[in-house]
Amino acid sequence: MNQQRIKRILVACGTAIATSTLVAVLIKEEMAKRGIQVETRQCKATEVPSYSQDVDLIVSTTPVPTNLGKPVIQTLAFLTGVGKEDVLNQIEKILKEV
Amino acid sequence: MGISADVKIPLEEENILLLPDPKDASEVISRLSSLLERKGYVKKSFCEAVLERELSLPTGLELEGKVHAAIPHADVEHVNTPSVALAVLSKPVVFRCMVEPEKELPVRLVFLLAMNEPKKQIELLQQVATILQDAALLDKLIASNSEREVMEALGIEV
Repeated sequence: MNQQRIKRILVACGTAIATSTLVAVLIKEEMAKRGIQVETRQCKATEVPSYSQDVDLIVSTTPVPTNLGKPVIQTLAFLTGVGKEDVLNQIEKILKEV
Repeated sequence: MGISADVKIPLEEENILLLPDPKDASEVISRLSSLLERKGYVKKSFCEAVLERELSLPTGLELEGKVHAAIPHADVEHVNTPSVALAVLSKPVVFRCMVEPEKELPVRLVFLLAMNEPKKQIELLQQVATILQDAALLDKLIASNSEREVMEALGIEV
């Protein structure tokens, strides 16, 4: 387990305006609390295939391709609160395994 | 999370609509847009841009309880001043879900978001998210009988 390495998350939303920024900030905060250092990059959902090569995980609030060879989490939990704890646990688990 | 007192979304009483019998999502978006346009907060092109975006990138949000919401918005170039218009619907209209567009959601609260500096406005979105996660507050909003009651529920000074 290589927990020292900074993990990279690609955060996508419809237009890469506000939603992905909010999601990125919240993931960074929550993972820091769990002792995981995270670096995020944001893009539009349509740009995911071209930005996904060097990331550990893709988190999106709109549908994105799931066949890119990277784990993908599609969730609105950071906006609605619904299932947020589960999503955070899932993100933590994935980042600890990569 | 009863922090409604800290909610400071840029919402004015004149930009709230209580609609007893809305026809559909497009009507709600058009009426909210015209409120912001009248104040000069958004450009003429805003409404059309929001309606078009909704077709390919819907903004319905499925919440914890029975009340669901939508946060229609458009690209920054259609906006002059960051602002919010809010519709409280007595009868739900259908918005498609942001993360699962094939899913149709009955929506009672529509927050039309006008944002022009994306990075700075995560605060606005975060405040809206805080509202959406406060079930007691949502119930109060839905039960409001006047624009003033909506403002009071949100803890915004009038």
